[in-house]
Amino acid sequence: MINKSVATIEEALAGIEDGATILVGGFGAVGQPDLLIESLIDQGARDLTVVANNAGAGRVGLAKLMEAGRVRRIICSFPRSAGSVVFEDLFRAGKIELEIVPQGTLAERLRAAGAGIPAFFTPTGYGTKLAKDKEVREIGGRFYVLEQALPGDVALVEAWFADRWGNLTYQKSGRNFNAVMATAAKLTIAQTHYFVELGAIDPEVVVTPGIFVQRILTLPLPKELAA
Amino acid sequence: MSAAGWSRREMAARVAAEIPEGWYVNLGIGIPTLIADAIPDDREVVLHSENGLLGMGPAPEKGQEDPWLINAGKQHVTLHKGGAFFHHADSFAMIRGGHIDLCVLGAYEVASNGDLANWAISEADAAPAVGGAMDLAAGAKRVWVMTEHTTRDGAPKLVEQCRYPLTALGVVSRICTNLAVIDVTPAGFVLRDKHQDISIEDLRRLTGASLLAAETVHV
Repeated sequence: MINKSVATIEEALAGIEDGATILVGGFGAVGQPDLLIESLIDQGARDLTVVANNAGAGRVGLAKLMEAGRVRRIICSFPRSAGSVVFEDLFRAGKIELEIVPQGTLAERLRAAGAGIPAFFTPTGYGTKLAKDKEVREIGGRFYVLEQALPGDVALVEAWFADRWGNLTYQKSGRNFNAVMATAAKLTIAQTHYFVELGAIDPEVVVTPGIFVQRILTLPLPKELAA
Repeated sequence: MSAAGWSRREMAARVAAEIPEGWYVNLGIGIPTLIADAIPDDREVVLHSENGLLGMGPAPEKGQEDPWLINAGKQHVTLHKGGAFFHHADSFAMIRGGHIDLCVLGAYEVASNGDLANWAISEADAAPAVGGAMDLAAGAKRVWVMTEHTTRDGAPKLVEQCRYPLTALGVVSRICTNLAVIDVTPAGFVLRDKHQDISIEDLRRLTGASLLAAETVHV
């Protein structure tokens, strides 16, 4: 019997190694799997490369992991945002490397990684400093920049419903980077608010088919948010 | 000289008046978000947000916020009937694939050849936040800019050549400022409309590139 559900956070994060590239779902705080991210501190992996849209806010979730000194490099589209104090301090002190990627290029590099496409040409960024030193090609009279796929060793995602085969749905704008990152890593770990019987999720509404997911950790919603 | 011109809300109303029913529109963070409230209720314009929404509605009433429903500016929003959720790769396929009829962005500078600078304040800034600006600028069918005509110090934001780091080359087709509505054409900036209190001479003085007068200007 296939059962991707794990009982503990330790099981969920087992085997993540130093130097791993971790894809972190979410857009700002929405859809960000904070429990999985923060638990990486106890799990112990160091020297991480984190791929996320934002560089954390406040002192929770991704910001907490960064503050603990576990992130060597961050690849994101929008590092400075309201409350990104931890990132700004680390960056100013030269304690974190930064790669800025246009948001759509970030999404497509992840999609490409999940789809077996090693690189692609995009019009985004042509003629700007983010395309500096990148290969450019003229196709049909327009210029395009060659961008590389961005695979992860691990993806951490927040789901809404999950079943034991790993089928996932998301909640409203919480889908964001989660669904595309789930396809782009060797090990995709989902924290889900609802864990349901196989067959309870209508196949027509599965967003991430279970083939992309290896581990499920159930984290019931706080009472005030539960439907 | 003082050149207050149109308020931001009036600017938004001018842009909204140009958006026909049926367009799919992305409104950039900042002043352009005011356009949403200026679209008449009986005109169906579908708003897109980069983080995976089509059919975005106005802010919810206080106390009705849904923690999982935000826009690209990370503000709480609502979803209209007929709206849809999707993931980031699909969202930017809509943008890059030319499915978005219009994107309205803010700007630091716009050049008379349509070059846009709106993401980084200097070459020296090592951690500028690009977000979706470059994808929207390169991918939308039309890119319009909504901005003050000059900086707070009175320096032109409409220029011959951008000094700020570029977002995209030759993409802007229309600019709505507090003083004028200007089209970007192969011949350069063409004045389409202006605030009644400013003369063309003063407008030209506040514009950093030549400004051609069109027949249609209401003088």
